[in-house]
Amino acid sequence: MQWTMVTVIGNDRPGIVARVSAALFEHGCHLGEASMMRLGGNFTIMLMVGHDGDASEVEAILVPVTGPLGLRLHVDRIEGHLHDHLVPDVRVTVFGADRAGIVAQVTGLLAEAGLNILDLESDVGGSEQAPIYVMHIEGTVGEGLERLRTALAGLADTGIDIRVEPIETLIG
Amino acid sequence: MALLEILAYPDPRLKQVSEPIAAVDNALRALIADIEETMRAGPGGVGIAAPQVGHFVRVVIVDVPPRKKSSSHGRQVLVNPEITEWDGMVIGREGCMSVPDYTGNVIRAERITLHALDEQGLVREFEMHGFEARAVQHEIDHLDGFLFLDRLVSRRNDLFRRKIYQAPPG
Repeated sequence: MQWTMVTVIGNDRPGIVARVSAALFEHGCHLGEASMMRLGGNFTIMLMVGHDGDASEVEAILVPVTGPLGLRLHVDRIEGHLHDHLVPDVRVTVFGADRAGIVAQVTGLLAEAGLNILDLESDVGGSEQAPIYVMHIEGTVGEGLERLRTALAGLADTGIDIRVEPIETLIG
Repeated sequence: MALLEILAYPDPRLKQVSEPIAAVDNALRALIADIEETMRAGPGGVGIAAPQVGHFVRVVIVDVPPRKKSSSHGRQVLVNPEITEWDGMVIGREGCMSVPDYTGNVIRAERITLHALDEQGLVREFEMHGFEARAVQHEIDHLDGFLFLDRLVSRRNDLFRRKIYQAPPG
């Protein structure tokens, strides 16, 4: 199976996923892993599409769907494959009054301390006058959990709350 | 002793309800030895249930090493286990030898009380919490035809701190 990564973004409305996936199915494509989120009122999806042809063929399948809906479409051939999951062993939760630079500061320190980020999602809540920023990160750090805590300790008095917790996965 | 084949989802046999054991005897102890050997041959498994290896009887084995914040009872064979009390709830990540290459979040009771027969057929009662309680709930689910897939919650449901909102004892 040849995989492409399909990215679709644009104004959100009900039914986009159904129409995109129906078009792919009708043309013999397989779906792999996918992540869809509504970000700032926008529809966003990244979708592994298996299709044994040129990436331009996948694009041709989807343009009749995305065009009329006013969505932006991007298709890349990728080297990825399925059954390649890494299991996260640490969760980092960050929240505080929103200000520029939180992500850069926190992830910079985490990277130096050896964290490999597998999953990151963040949101801005609160109000326009007093926005708050909340970020969840899951990743792998191996034996380095305390190293992460030490690395982030310096941010404690900058008004950001940070929690570092191990994720223990039960295999039963 | 023999390694047994592990059934993998979507094998429909994993959905069936297992039968209680009528008598704890040498034949059962031999089966338990094979089940345990199979569990220990897998990577990181802390529990196994008989139906995972195609024997649809109410037997599970758990062996959760003690952890910093969570004591445990070590290796336990639980025959006809029954949970009688559940308390608190907590989200944790689970995987399963019968569901390769997938892990997900599942809500479980934080503390449980259960009774079961041991390998000698004696009645045992346990109070378990944390990771060990999770393991036992996961394994007993197998006896009732449930997989952790049946109990998945979204990774974006952030209930991870739920337990700290509980009232202190007393």
